[in-house]
Amino acid sequence: MSTVVAEPSPPPAQQDDPAAPPARRKDPHAWLKLALPLLVAVVFLFAWDTAVRISASEVFPRPLEVAKGIRELIQKGLLVRYIVASLFRVTWGFGLAVLVGVPFGLFLGWFSRAYQAFNPMIQIFRPISPIAWIPVAILWFGITDIAPIFLIFLASVFPITVSATAAVMNMQQVYLRAAQNFGLRGLPLFRRVILPAALPQIITGIRIALGVAWLVVVAAEMIAVNSGLGYLIIDARNAGKRYDLVVAGMVMIGLIGLVLDLLVRRLENFDEVRWGYANK
Amino acid sequence: MSSVVHIRDLWMSFPGKESGQQIHVLEHIDLEVTPGEFVCIVGPSGCGKSTLLNIIGGFLTQTRGEALVEGQPVHGPDPRRIFVFQENGVFPWLTVRENIGFGLLAKPEEEREKTVAHYTEMVGLNGFENAYPRELSGGMRQRVEIARALAANPDIIYMDEPFGALDFITRLKMRADLVRIWQAEKKTILFVTHDIEEAVQLADRVIIMSRRPATIQKVVPVNLPRPRDLDSAGYLQTRDEIFQSMGMSVRIGF
Repeated sequence: MSTVVAEPSPPPAQQDDPAAPPARRKDPHAWLKLALPLLVAVVFLFAWDTAVRISASEVFPRPLEVAKGIRELIQKGLLVRYIVASLFRVTWGFGLAVLVGVPFGLFLGWFSRAYQAFNPMIQIFRPISPIAWIPVAILWFGITDIAPIFLIFLASVFPITVSATAAVMNMQQVYLRAAQNFGLRGLPLFRRVILPAALPQIITGIRIALGVAWLVVVAAEMIAVNSGLGYLIIDARNAGKRYDLVVAGMVMIGLIGLVLDLLVRRLENFDEVRWGYANK
Repeated sequence: MSSVVHIRDLWMSFPGKESGQQIHVLEHIDLEVTPGEFVCIVGPSGCGKSTLLNIIGGFLTQTRGEALVEGQPVHGPDPRRIFVFQENGVFPWLTVRENIGFGLLAKPEEEREKTVAHYTEMVGLNGFENAYPRELSGGMRQRVEIARALAANPDIIYMDEPFGALDFITRLKMRADLVRIWQAEKKTILFVTHDIEEAVQLADRVIIMSRRPATIQKVVPVNLPRPRDLDSAGYLQTRDEIFQSMGMSVRIGF
C-alpha cells in the first residue's frame, strides 16, 4: 500500500482562523517562581530573628523557638487534635452555609420579588461581624461545638448567598433565550442552563466564604470552646505566657488557610466552569 | 404556496426615558415569507430590523398588528423555529458535541448521536467534538450554534447578524457554507444583516428597511444563480440598486 493516495483535505474548520490553543512557551526563568517566594520567606525569618535579638525580648519567641514549640505540640498530640477540632467546626458550619446559601441565593436571583423582599434584611445582617454574635451564640448554645459552628455558618452564608444571587442576575441573557428557544422551562431550565451559567461566580463566592470561615473559627474558639487552634493560642498565653506556642498556633492557622484556599481553587479548573474565569 | 411567516400591519414602540414618551421603532410592517425561502432584512444600524426578528422569534411582543408563523400567532419562542444570536448563544459549559445535541435530549441516544455526527460534519467541526467553546475561534463557535439549530430540525431558522463579529475572510466562507447547508436542508431562513453585500450574496429576496421609525422601503428579489459570482453584472446591479434605494451612491460611498 505504498502508492500515493490523494491527501485527505483538511477539515474546513482549519481554514478559518484555527483555534490553536495559545502556544505554551517554556519560561526560561521558571525556577524563579519557586525561588522568589522562598527568598522572601528567608528574609522575613531573618528580619524577625534579628528584631527579637536586638530588642532582647524575654517573651517574644525567635523563629527557632517557634519551630521547637510546634515539635512540642506534635509530641504531646495536641496539634493534630486541635487542627481536627477546628476543621471539624469549619466543615459543619461552612457545609451548612453552602447547603443553605447556594439554593437561597439562586432563588433570590431568579425571583425578583423575593429579592426585593429579602435583600434589605440581608444587607442589615451582613455587616454585623460574626464576632459580635459570640455572646449570643454562647447564650443559645453554651460552651459546645454548636456555638462556633453557628458563628462560622453566619460568617459564610452571606457571601455565598450574595454571590449566587448576583450570578443569576448577571447571567448573559442570550443563554436564557437560547434555552427557552429549545423549549426548556422549570426544573430542566434551571438544571441545564441557570445553574451551570451561575456556577463560576458561585465558586468564587464559596472561596471567599471559606477564607472568612477560617478567620472566624479561630476567633470563636478563643472564647466559646476548649479546643482548637484558637483555643491553643489563648490558652498558651493565659497558662504561662508561652508565646512560642502562641506564634506556633498562628503559623499553623496560616498554613492551613493556604491549603484550604489551594483546594477550593482547584474547583476553578474544572472544564465546566473554566470559561467563567479570565485567562484560564 | 401559502406563506410560513405572515406579518400584517405590525407596529412596535418602546417606552422612552420620560414618562408617557414612546419611541416608535416599527411602523406598518407587512411581510410574507414562503416555505424554503431565504429572506434577508437589511437596513441602517438601529433601525429596528433586529426588533422585528425578535418579535417573529417570540422574544418581544409587538404593540399592534399581527405576527403569524405557520398560521398561528406567535406566543414566545418555539423549538420548531430556532434563533441564531448575534452575540453567540453557544453554552460555554458544554462541549461542541453536547451543544449540538442540546435540543435532542428527548430523542433516543443512538438517534441523537447520529444527528450530532451528521451536523458536526456538515459545519466542518469534525475532530472538535470534545472541545469547549473557549477553545474555538469566533467562526467555529458560530458554526456550533448553526449546527445546534439545524440538529433540532426546525422549520425556520432566524439569524440575527450571525456573522457580524467575524473577520472578513471568515465571513465570506461562512456565507458560502450557509448557502450550501440551506440548499441541502431546505429550511426557511430569515436573516438580519446591515451588510448589503452579504444580503445579495445570500438571499432570494432582500427586504430593505428605512430609518427609525422603520417601514419596509423596498423589496428586491435576487434572481441570480447559486453559487453567486461576485463579479457578475447581475450581482453588481442588484447590489447597486439596494445601495441607491438606501440613499447611498456607490461611487462616493454615501
